[in-house]
Amino acid sequence: MATFFGEVVVAPSRAGVDDEESAEEAREETPEDREIRRELEKKREIDVLWTLKSGASAGSSADEPFVCSKFIVAIGHNAAAFLSSFILDSVCWEVVGVVKLWNEWCRTSNTTNVLPTDSFCLFYRLISDPTVLLCQCSCYVAEDQQFQWLEKVFGCMRKESLQVTILSTCPVADYKTQESTLTLPSPFLKALKTKEFKEQVCCPLLEQPNIVRDLPAAVLSYCQVWHIPAVLYQCYTDVIKLDTVTIEAFKPLLSSKILKSLVKDVSESIKILKKLLTTNETHNNIYI
Amino acid sequence: MFVPCDCGGGSASSDFKGFTLFMPAVSVGNVGQLAIDLVISTLNMTKVGYFYTDCLVPMVGNNPYATAEENSVELSINAEVYSLPSKKVVVLQIRSPFIKNKYRPFCQTLLSWVKNSKCARVVLLSSSHAYQRDDEQLLGTPLRYLLTPDLEKAVGGLMQELNWKEMEKVAAYPGINDTEKVLHIPGGGITKLLFTESCSKGIQMAVLLKFCSEGDNIPDAFALVNYLNEWLQLIKSDSNNSTDPSTQWKMPSSWRLLFGNGLPPALF
Repeated sequence: MATFFGEVVVAPSRAGVDDEESAEEAREETPEDREIRRELEKKREIDVLWTLKSGASAGSSADEPFVCSKFIVAIGHNAAAFLSSFILDSVCWEVVGVVKLWNEWCRTSNTTNVLPTDSFCLFYRLISDPTVLLCQCSCYVAEDQQFQWLEKVFGCMRKESLQVTILSTCPVADYKTQESTLTLPSPFLKALKTKEFKEQVCCPLLEQPNIVRDLPAAVLSYCQVWHIPAVLYQCYTDVIKLDTVTIEAFKPLLSSKILKSLVKDVSESIKILKKLLTTNETHNNIYI
Repeated sequence: MFVPCDCGGGSASSDFKGFTLFMPAVSVGNVGQLAIDLVISTLNMTKVGYFYTDCLVPMVGNNPYATAEENSVELSINAEVYSLPSKKVVVLQIRSPFIKNKYRPFCQTLLSWVKNSKCARVVLLSSSHAYQRDDEQLLGTPLRYLLTPDLEKAVGGLMQELNWKEMEKVAAYPGINDTEKVLHIPGGGITKLLFTESCSKGIQMAVLLKFCSEGDNIPDAFALVNYLNEWLQLIKSDSNNSTDPSTQWKMPSSWRLLFGNGLPPALF
């Protein structure tokens, strides 16, 4: 849509089908074209590698779906860092899975020893209760990979008494409101929940006409369609990189039913947050 | 695939035998989608299910047709099905564009669903680039229709009575050979594909479209639903207000802030 305020807006193709794309498809596909397309599709395939039994790799297809009662997904660097600071530690949690993917925006790290600024997607399980699964996904999962991610991750779980919590961030400039976003005190949290989710949410619900996109939307849509209780906490922030103020904006969630029992020692959290700050500064400092 | 939501209707709420299916094509100005929003909002239709697919970009938001606090918290996704059994109407609303290379599989899935659910006919609301009109199309009404042969047999005469204009075919090789004509709907998204597939599959489909450009497309949406109403009379035109039936269509609450947020006071 055009805007009247002189902003430059990228007008995506409303046609839904690029004229180029339809012309391309109308042409007979040569064996070469087919080969190229297959290679590209293979390159963009995502692999979910589970190591459910320590040491033994179950490959990308679990033998049997595992029982999952709580699934907490943090999408984006700040959400992932929030879980690192306040929930995760190497004593109570073990790595049980990793996603390997490639797209134009990122390639995931191969290691599980990752920096907060790396692109990675890791799954952790609570040792004392193996039905609690946590995912930190700080890599960008492209449009054509989101469905694959859903099928490969949720496909491995038994969903009978599953509850899902999603944490993500997005720019405050995307927030639609009567006032200007310049005067809004950010960061702030907004929530969306599926029909089956009956618990209290920790912040106001996201009002119309705001929407959520990308992987958080894909996960929440999946949960809505398949009747899984789920809640998404979206943090609107004006900082695009790793930032402690944004991370701390998720703190109200620590009193929620799902996270209350998982919170670790507060002093630990402060130490980790401080460490994050220094790592961040070193990486972003172009002056010695 | 169609997934019913258990909204209390039971299996009866997903029985569309003999119903008319309305759906938009994601096209220039989003006119089809805006028009469908008006239909759902005005007729106060109930959501009966989701069209769960990997072909559309994911999105979620709260109920776009909320009228009060109580009904504002229902989650909506990118493709949903609404119905109004009293008028034998079912509507598919699509809220996001296609993922690259996925529009063909979507058309296949959609048309199989139409056949399996035994809908009597499909009405596709769409639009086409106004700048691609030829000299003749620049004059007169910007609204056009198309009917598949199966629907033509049933209602073709009615279109003549309404004085509607059929979408013109254009030369396949303009300037070189003007005799071979093809259907060309620039900016219409999957309109042409759905129409040609429906023709070959024996589906009764009508396409109603408007020539328009990107911009404030709300008036285009109103024009398109009024055009639809001339034929199917979804809402009664008020005889006192016959010159402006647009006041009877209800804009959904989600049509706010279409042109951006409020301005920062510091600007002035």
